[in-house]
Amino acid sequence: MEQERAVLEVKDLTVAYRIGERWLEAIRDINLSIFCGQIYGLVGESGSGKTTLAMSILNYLGQNGRILKGSIVFDGEEISQYPKEKMRSFWGSKIALVPQNPLSSLNPTLTVGEQVQEVLRLHLKMPEAAARKRVVELFEQVRLAEPQRVARSYPHQISGGMQQRVMIAMALAASPRLLLLDEPTTSLDVTTQASILDLIKELIQGQDMAVLYVTHNLGVVVELCHRVAVLYAGELVEDAPLEEIFRQPLHPYTFGLLKSVPKLGQNKKEQVLSSIPGQIPALAQRGSGCIFQSRCPIALDICAERPPLESIDAKRSSRCFRWQELLRGEIPLEKLFEAEGEALQASIPVQQKSEAAALDAQGIIVEFESHASLFESLARRSSRKVKAVKDVSIRIEAGDTLGLVGESGSGKTSLARAISGLNEPEAGSIRIYGLSAAPKLSKRNRDVLRRLQMVFQNPEEALNPFMTVGESLRRQLFVLQGIRGEEAQRLAEEMVKAVQLPLDVLNRRPNQLSGGEKQRIAIARAFITNPDVVIADEPVSSLDVSVQATILNLINRLQGNFNNGLLFISHNLAIVGYLADQIAVIYLGALMQLCRAVDLFKPPYHPYTEALLSAVPSVELGKKAQTIRLEGELPSPTERIEGCPFHSRCPRKIGEICERQAPPWRVDESTQKRIYCHYTLEELTELQSPILDVGL
Amino acid sequence: MGFEVDVRHTSGSVDGQPPSTPTSTYIQLAGWTKVVLFIRALLSKPASALGLIIFVVFLFLALFGPFLAPYGVNEQIAADAGQPPSAKHWFGTDNLGRDVFSRVVLGAREILSLAGFGTAIAVLFGTTIGLASGYIGGWFDEILMRIFDGLLAMPLLLLALLLLGTLGPSKSSVLLVIIIVYTPIVSRVVRSVVLSVRQRGFIEAARLRGENLPYLLFREILPSVLPALAVEAALRFSYAIFLVASLGFLGVGVQPPSPDWGLMVREARNNVNQMPWAMYYPAAAIAVIVIGVNLLADGIKRVLLESK
Repeated sequence: MEQERAVLEVKDLTVAYRIGERWLEAIRDINLSIFCGQIYGLVGESGSGKTTLAMSILNYLGQNGRILKGSIVFDGEEISQYPKEKMRSFWGSKIALVPQNPLSSLNPTLTVGEQVQEVLRLHLKMPEAAARKRVVELFEQVRLAEPQRVARSYPHQISGGMQQRVMIAMALAASPRLLLLDEPTTSLDVTTQASILDLIKELIQGQDMAVLYVTHNLGVVVELCHRVAVLYAGELVEDAPLEEIFRQPLHPYTFGLLKSVPKLGQNKKEQVLSSIPGQIPALAQRGSGCIFQSRCPIALDICAERPPLESIDAKRSSRCFRWQELLRGEIPLEKLFEAEGEALQASIPVQQKSEAAALDAQGIIVEFESHASLFESLARRSSRKVKAVKDVSIRIEAGDTLGLVGESGSGKTSLARAISGLNEPEAGSIRIYGLSAAPKLSKRNRDVLRRLQMVFQNPEEALNPFMTVGESLRRQLFVLQGIRGEEAQRLAEEMVKAVQLPLDVLNRRPNQLSGGEKQRIAIARAFITNPDVVIADEPVSSLDVSVQATILNLINRLQGNFNNGLLFISHNLAIVGYLADQIAVIYLGALMQLCRAVDLFKPPYHPYTEALLSAVPSVELGKKAQTIRLEGELPSPTERIEGCPFHSRCPRKIGEICERQAPPWRVDESTQKRIYCHYTLEELTELQSPILDVGL
Repeated sequence: MGFEVDVRHTSGSVDGQPPSTPTSTYIQLAGWTKVVLFIRALLSKPASALGLIIFVVFLFLALFGPFLAPYGVNEQIAADAGQPPSAKHWFGTDNLGRDVFSRVVLGAREILSLAGFGTAIAVLFGTTIGLASGYIGGWFDEILMRIFDGLLAMPLLLLALLLLGTLGPSKSSVLLVIIIVYTPIVSRVVRSVVLSVRQRGFIEAARLRGENLPYLLFREILPSVLPALAVEAALRFSYAIFLVASLGFLGVGVQPPSPDWGLMVREARNNVNQMPWAMYYPAAAIAVIVIGVNLLADGIKRVLLESK
């Protein structure tokens, strides 16, 4: 790696936005140097200013944004004061961007081939015929199957993963010196993400290029980056080579961030997740002291002043007054973060539960009709049906958590909604402690309704904006249990305490709460009537990493107190693995594997589980034993698939049998691990090696 | 002012703690403070302030017209017939010697109440149908919406004439016409908002606790619809005034000797060369109130958007 002169040098950069009458600083005194051949990871939560930084490097701030001070030197050229017209010759040719959402960045009225050609013609002055040929080459480079066909497609005709490949091809078309990747895999499924990351890594190698990779996902950083800068509330708090930052973070925020992400294979039985209390301060509330002070467990009086970004050695720096103590290992950060928000327990009594399973759902089938119009549905008696869930059976014991994992389109939400009654299933029986629940929600009586409650994905929409928190909680008690007046108020207060919020939130409306606070109230609402089963559909996926851990701990604790069965749905294997006792892996509406959480990470795996596990970017250093990548795209839901649903993408496909015959359930009697595959468990064990070392 | 204290108390703090969001939504504040803040916001821009003032003035005329009008509605002063505007007759008199100013003032009640009641009932029906149709969906929605499509496909005035032709001209017929013509429009607006709201978590949570349909529609969904509905209602009101006046002018609406502005224009039309004032003043009244209410509707929309 040659490192003579930095491709990009950012010095003391401060950028502000005008909000109302005031200029508020979104990023402050940022220093950053990226060298040729280097992949620089910029990590931060939402509101940390990471996108602002990327946009100011491009000199592409909005009307209300302004660089207040500092310089941006690109290849020895100071560009921070260049007007937009001058920057045009940089964009796309010398500095390229791969954005987060490819679909909104592609022009829907042009084929993707034409759009990449445009870059070639504009910046490289290529004639049209040559450009057309070059596009196909580029598409081959980014591993697009059938590059000719893709070039002729419009953006909406190709999948999200393919769109992102096109964006990468477009970014690389003019061989830029600096590549900015702004969360390029965030909107993608984990298996797609893995192959895109592989691609980026491979393409960048040997290129005469510097890369800034902006992300909130620490796992991705480990996979890809050489160096990491951690951004918090607009300030760089730590900057170090990858290995060092993961081995020994020298800023309490970095530490908290690393520890609040569940690692693959970590389980709630072993340890509580560390969590960072509080939330990132809003733009207007950033004082003059240390930016992390309000959430820091090791803050001192001195932290009322702003610490400088101190160089620890030639390679790393930290913006903490106490980095020396951290370096010497004198502060037990681990314990300090864990101690946060322990204790508090709900005093609502646990009811005695019978021996039957909390939830027993058998043979659930969910179908959606896809009819376009009134006339179509009139004309055609049997319209096209999409099977979202194909004969799935699950069982949850009292106090147990079943983690349901699958990628988007796997049918996990359809299954949850069918069990909850929000969508009526086509077939199947649902029993809660032996009590049968009607498939139709309107046919369920109050007792059944009380027994099954749900936590939704999006906290912003989970609460009625026109009701106070207290009204929402009391309404739940009144409608489901007939409790009203002082008793309802008392229970609501207790529940608010149990979700660790101050009592005055009862009088607030949702717009006065943060996303994490809203989700706590939504959880409180689901638990307040002490249901037998709670379904949590991706309850943390729209929350920031440091808030996620708090919510996961909270769900875990509440469930422990109430002893309910929990169906926890997520696309994130590490989170499911952490919170669940049992795990179900679902693909195209069919279960692929059922097992105990502790056995998930040990072979034998279902080939799909194996691919999923291998695709998860780990937040721990060290190589995974093997990499398995899925080829092709998820089949369309309207397609009829014979045999094993996974056969079209299975890396361990045996042959014709997989296409024609539905596989049997292979059951391990001792661990109750069940795998839906034509291979026997013994054969799978022999083929597979452990994906991560669980012994660690 | 008594309200001032309230305003500060409600928007400033909850139990001494500053709210997380500094700008609180008007809709979410309690009672009078909300109204005061809303009016203040309307008055802050000249256009909406003008609209509000015009509306209030006409409302005042409608309420207290009989006390303000110097002459009776059909009081004929034969000696003064066809007089131009003067100190005695501000807007002049018509060919029958009736005081135009008095008739314009007294006509406000008729046209505002007809348009107002008509709009109110259309909004009531339209909201209920829109909520139910959007939320229930399926066949119910399909059939209702196709019927409404049919109604909306006909030119508005033609439909009104057709209905009045069958029903015969009278005040209640005009009211019915307004309701029939505007219910589909209002329900479409409501329905479109419901479609965007009904999949939200709080609606699904309400379904999961087994709330009945009226509660879901009117307590859970309706508040989210109200902003759009307020704007639409104000707009419908201004068009309803227009419609009442048009029907009066065509002679199929309110019948003589009512002081309906449209009717007054119709009656004065024949003598427009001799006594233009008898036609211009009622016509101006129609124009001013329609423009005023339109400005007000725009103002309401602006304030609601700003408060988001």
